[in-house]
Amino acid sequence: MPSNKSVSDAPIIQFTNCRILREHKLQREDLWVRDGKILDPEKLFFDEQGYADRRLDCAGAIVAPGFIDVQINGGYGVDFSQPCEDVSAGVSLVAKKILEHGVTSFCPTLVTSPPAVYHQVLPQINVHNGGPEGAGVLGFHLEGPFISSEKRGAHPERFLRTFRSGGTDDLMETYGSLDNVAMVTLAPELPHSQSVVSTLRQKGVTVSLGHSVANLSQAEDAVRHGASFITHLFNAMLPFHHRDPGIVGLLTSDQIPAGRTVFYGMIADGIHTNPAALRIAHRAHPSGLVLVTDAITAMGLPPGRHTLGQQVVQIQGLHAYVAGTKTLSGSIATMDMCVRHFKQAAGCSVEDALEAAALHPARLLGISHRKGSLHYGADADLVLLDDGLRVRTTYISGEEVWRAEL
Amino acid sequence: MRLVILDDYELASEWAAKYIRNRIVEFKPSADRYFTLGLPTGSTPYGCYQKLIEFHRSGDLSFKYVKTFNMDEYVGLPRAHPESYHSYMWNNFFKHIDIDPANAHILDGNAEDLEAECNAYEQKIAAAEGIELFVGGIGPDGHIAFNEPGSSLVSRTRVKTLAKDTIVANARFFGNDLSKVPTMALTVGVGTVMDAKEVMILITGAHKAFALYKAIEEGVNHMWTVSAFQQHPHTIFVCDEDATLELRVKTVKYFKGLMHVHNQLVDPVLSMKDQ
Repeated sequence: MPSNKSVSDAPIIQFTNCRILREHKLQREDLWVRDGKILDPEKLFFDEQGYADRRLDCAGAIVAPGFIDVQINGGYGVDFSQPCEDVSAGVSLVAKKILEHGVTSFCPTLVTSPPAVYHQVLPQINVHNGGPEGAGVLGFHLEGPFISSEKRGAHPERFLRTFRSGGTDDLMETYGSLDNVAMVTLAPELPHSQSVVSTLRQKGVTVSLGHSVANLSQAEDAVRHGASFITHLFNAMLPFHHRDPGIVGLLTSDQIPAGRTVFYGMIADGIHTNPAALRIAHRAHPSGLVLVTDAITAMGLPPGRHTLGQQVVQIQGLHAYVAGTKTLSGSIATMDMCVRHFKQAAGCSVEDALEAAALHPARLLGISHRKGSLHYGADADLVLLDDGLRVRTTYISGEEVWRAEL
Repeated sequence: MRLVILDDYELASEWAAKYIRNRIVEFKPSADRYFTLGLPTGSTPYGCYQKLIEFHRSGDLSFKYVKTFNMDEYVGLPRAHPESYHSYMWNNFFKHIDIDPANAHILDGNAEDLEAECNAYEQKIAAAEGIELFVGGIGPDGHIAFNEPGSSLVSRTRVKTLAKDTIVANARFFGNDLSKVPTMALTVGVGTVMDAKEVMILITGAHKAFALYKAIEEGVNHMWTVSAFQQHPHTIFVCDEDATLELRVKTVKYFKGLMHVHNQLVDPVLSMKDQ
């Protein structure tokens, strides 16, 4: 039956025989899409007297909002932090490949780099919606260089920086432009960082705390100034101590301003965090957990030596080390692997696992009105999964962009 | 009248759904000749709707050439409110079947001019050449649709203020907060339903028993508006045991004795697959 054309000529697709994630539960409901957005079928029925042009049988699949990865350094041989003439080619390659993992939007992440790299790379990639060419870019995640030397992890020491004068000057001098930047990770114990946090918030950039030796009160101060994320919880920060929980204490801090949530990234690859620690964090503050891959260049590549930023890494199995050391340099797990591992390790529900990969990052970035959820009017970025949470098909704006071979 | 008595709610719902199915299938509706069906809302017909959806899913019943007219809708309740009758019909029936949205009619309780809306509804029914089968329920106060006690037995579609009994009965859908229940509704009139070729009233549960007694064992009375159907040539009351608790043993025995005749209306059950 053709759709009524009173409101829009665009074809209406009805996803049937599926379980959709809505209102925090998997429900046996059909999902309707028109013009790249989730459509309210009841309004369509009564207001427009319209119906679907095409019915898509999902064969019982789970339909979830497409995953959002807010920390990914590269993959498939591409290193976002490696300066080159054509950055967009690399970003596009990764954007296309991660569709296979159910990721429909991401934040290309740059590790600590010299200003020249930021000045060259940042202007080349604009925030844009995804499509058949690849996942959408939500903006860069700049992890560094305003981080702690002690907790730099795999970041090159010679490019670390502090805030000298007013703070904001150093920011703009280093990065050049914040136009395409979605998030900045910094260490809040750095002097003058408070005003930087406020400035970034005012410019609509999400501020994350990480690679830091801050104590809890410094972290809370940063949150008061607008910080709302913790970069890979537990990693590159002081360990939890019962008399000073450090940044980890933000999960249960009573100093968080009313109405605000502190989110925290977790690399649920089974390597960066012990499952028991993952569970402690999840149980302490389930609604703040954001799954990230922190994937590096080598993700998707065979074992061996590869480049990350200004350093070299060694892949052994599922581990990626700074070459010649036992320091983890990043993960090579894909987002769907992280979702499966998180569900199994945390013993949480399917809904919780899926929300940690979509709804929570969307809320973190302040885009949950159009991403990360299947409410009416949201962008139809979808991932169809089987009961084992393996990706079957990926959609962006209601268009199929990847399908698993049977 | 036919008084069809089944053992429980599930069986009563199934009997009613089978009857509706047979009537539609036998009618052989087509683009030139639609089957017009009057529909109720509430907890009583829920089981019947579930069964009809099953029949549709199995391919035995299509609503492609069926036009529906609901009995009523609250005034002033937003259409998207979960307790509006639009929401009820969408969630419990329309979204599961293949009815053309243009053929699903429900009164608009948010219309600018309520009286005009009611008159237009009557005209739509006339334009569809009348209702073939009007399915309804009964309130604890014996009302049909929202024709509260005291409603004219020849009334047409209009605005009605709800009686206390009705508001109390509906409070459970509004968090048991009487102040949240709408106080007015648009409703088809008793006369409107009487115009239908056939009327089927579903009555289940002990709390409806007294109303059923008043409706069929006492006289025609505007205080128990369902009683008007004593004067309709083709009325079927489908009940469960509990709904008959206030009837005379003689009445119940008589009609139970006729079940083998009644069951011929639903056995064999017909299918559109065979057409």
